[in-house]
Amino acid sequence: MEKLLLLGAEAIAQGAIDGGMSGVYAYPGTPSTEITEYVQHNKTAVERKLHSQWSANEKTAMEAGLGMSYAGKRAMVCMKHVGLNVAADAFINSAITGVNGGLIVTVADDPSMHSSQNEQDSRFFGKFAMIPIFEPASQQEAYDMAYEGFELSEKLKIPIMMRITTRLAHSRAGIETRPLKQENKLKYPEDPIQFVLLPSNARKRYKGLLGLQSLMEQEAERSSFNTYYPARNKSLGIIACGIAFNYLMENYPERKFPHPVLQLGQYPLPFSKVEKIVNECEHILILEDGYPLVEEMLKGYLDKNSKIKGRLDGTIPRDGELNPDIVAKALGLEVKIGKQVPSIVANRPPELCAGCSHRDIYNALNETMKEFGKQKVFSDIGCYTLGALPPWNSINSCVDMGASITMAKGAADAGVHPAIAVIGDSTFTHSGMTALLDAIVENTPMTVIISDNGTTGMTGGQASHATGRLEEICIGLGVKPEHVKVLTPLPKYHDEMVKVLREEMLYEGVSVVIPRRECIQTLARSKKDVRVKVEEVVK
Amino acid sequence: MKSDIILSGVGGQGILSIAAVVGMAALENHLYLKQAEVHGMSQRGGAVQSHLRISEKEIASDLIPEGRADIIISVEPMESLRYLPWLSENGWLVTNTTPFVNITDYPDMKVLIAEIEKLPHNIAINADEIARQVKSPRSSNMVILGAASPFIDIPYQSLENGIKKIFERKGEKIVQLNIDALKAGREFSEAKRN
Repeated sequence: MEKLLLLGAEAIAQGAIDGGMSGVYAYPGTPSTEITEYVQHNKTAVERKLHSQWSANEKTAMEAGLGMSYAGKRAMVCMKHVGLNVAADAFINSAITGVNGGLIVTVADDPSMHSSQNEQDSRFFGKFAMIPIFEPASQQEAYDMAYEGFELSEKLKIPIMMRITTRLAHSRAGIETRPLKQENKLKYPEDPIQFVLLPSNARKRYKGLLGLQSLMEQEAERSSFNTYYPARNKSLGIIACGIAFNYLMENYPERKFPHPVLQLGQYPLPFSKVEKIVNECEHILILEDGYPLVEEMLKGYLDKNSKIKGRLDGTIPRDGELNPDIVAKALGLEVKIGKQVPSIVANRPPELCAGCSHRDIYNALNETMKEFGKQKVFSDIGCYTLGALPPWNSINSCVDMGASITMAKGAADAGVHPAIAVIGDSTFTHSGMTALLDAIVENTPMTVIISDNGTTGMTGGQASHATGRLEEICIGLGVKPEHVKVLTPLPKYHDEMVKVLREEMLYEGVSVVIPRRECIQTLARSKKDVRVKVEEVVK
Repeated sequence: MKSDIILSGVGGQGILSIAAVVGMAALENHLYLKQAEVHGMSQRGGAVQSHLRISEKEIASDLIPEGRADIIISVEPMESLRYLPWLSENGWLVTNTTPFVNITDYPDMKVLIAEIEKLPHNIAINADEIARQVKSPRSSNMVILGAASPFIDIPYQSLENGIKKIFERKGEKIVQLNIDALKAGREFSEAKRN
């Protein structure tokens, strides 16, 4: 069979499509974005009309996925790790409602924070929700787990979490696909109140979830993703979770392990396999690309089991992603020392693109703020967060999606004036609308700048829910129409932008300024598409 | 057979098309491949790299261990040096000499080129200039790949086939321009080696 060359993220999408998925729900977020994008362009998915449009945020995505499952069909919900914080309410409760059609929640973590605010480990959330977790080591496993995951979900009547990290999401390898499955037919839940979490019913369902735990563990014991490799030298045993197994293999080519190894790819922990390796080996090294979850479980609290080695005892650095060299050092193997980087090599941090509209906004904002003073600008998650770096140094916060508006409100309540929020259009519809409503209700004196580039830029230019409806949203929420100002962020309108910003900052109420100009990346792409089309026509 | 390659450059310079062409060529030769790339924030004008591994045996890690890369292929001269810790003792460094200057403390070009030429196995090529000479100014990344091709354990023809597959939907003319660029890069390297 011909292999497909796919990113780990794409392999999950292909596995889900082949596994009979009827829809994917997601909000873009590195490193999870490519899962949904793949479904949007995949031929089978398009022919089958699988749902693949973006959701407003991860919570709406999670709920829509649960709705599709309610109707008996198979759904996948995708997000980056911090997106799961947004979706947490729906996610945790979906374990209590259980599912009807199979439901997989794919969460892409970002250890080392290549493109994130933190490196939280989603396996904790999976454990918290008390549901099975898949953690693939390879792109092929990622495909297989997505393909098989719906059936496990339907068998246990519980959602399944698929946890990957950046390195797997964004690394390509050859994938062997399996036969395409039929989609489920529409079928209502057998129990009409399965999804009604009134306390009386929720208590019953929660007991049911608790009762399922041993079954989940049996599944993990049997799982082909949890493999025990026996070996003679029992001075050490190694437990390698997910992608950490690859780094272990890199150090022991062709799986010739001198020590017993337990490869973990499916949770809850398979008790007897873990017990076996811990009992038969003198020391246990735990390799996990993320927080020390398994390590903490095995180490205990008061016990401080000193035979367990990993991130907690310093054998492996406490933070950051794993790599083959870190694992080699932990195993006491020799590491090659490469050449040094010459001192002339300068840092090259990311920057706003030449011609980007955010540049013009920050230039105007900086000039306006000369009159009003420093440290009054709250911002958000997106390309414009780069405004925190030189030469702009324009913003003073970036915490979570939508926080710019609510933090500005809190600061205004405390007496900061003028309090400014800078937020992107897609981030605004993700989590800024309710924040703005809080400010409107109290007519808080603050200025919200919604920098509208018509796209979700940082993740590569996905459709934005805000496009074409920003003014209506703001006015509909209750901003006075005369204080919704639309600007064109270009150097030639600099003075006008400064004038409007100044007026609105002086206004003792909520005002919204919308500088609007298309992202130059999406603009360049649409022009290129036009050119390719013309060439095709000429041919 | 095994080639461990680090690709480097600045976000937006097209290192991923180099990776895609090599990937296609590897598939044609039924080789295993893993290619880890960078998405998200650093794509915005920041330093970017990709680890590309090709082998006739199954590949374990998506990341190349330090000191083990056979080649660094860089579309930007300063970026070629950033990943030296990964280059093996006998590894080749193949880099463009046209700088991408978007920072204020970019090093002096003479010093930079001297650092590159300190390496025992290096090819420093003005890929932008050569791309212009073969009338394919937008294909400097294929010039670099051509210059690196003698050191990659894949038949040259497979790289051309890779270009055909990657660029076919953009039309025959674009395919030919990229093949011309590849060839020009390869000729440069072979002349320099001999």
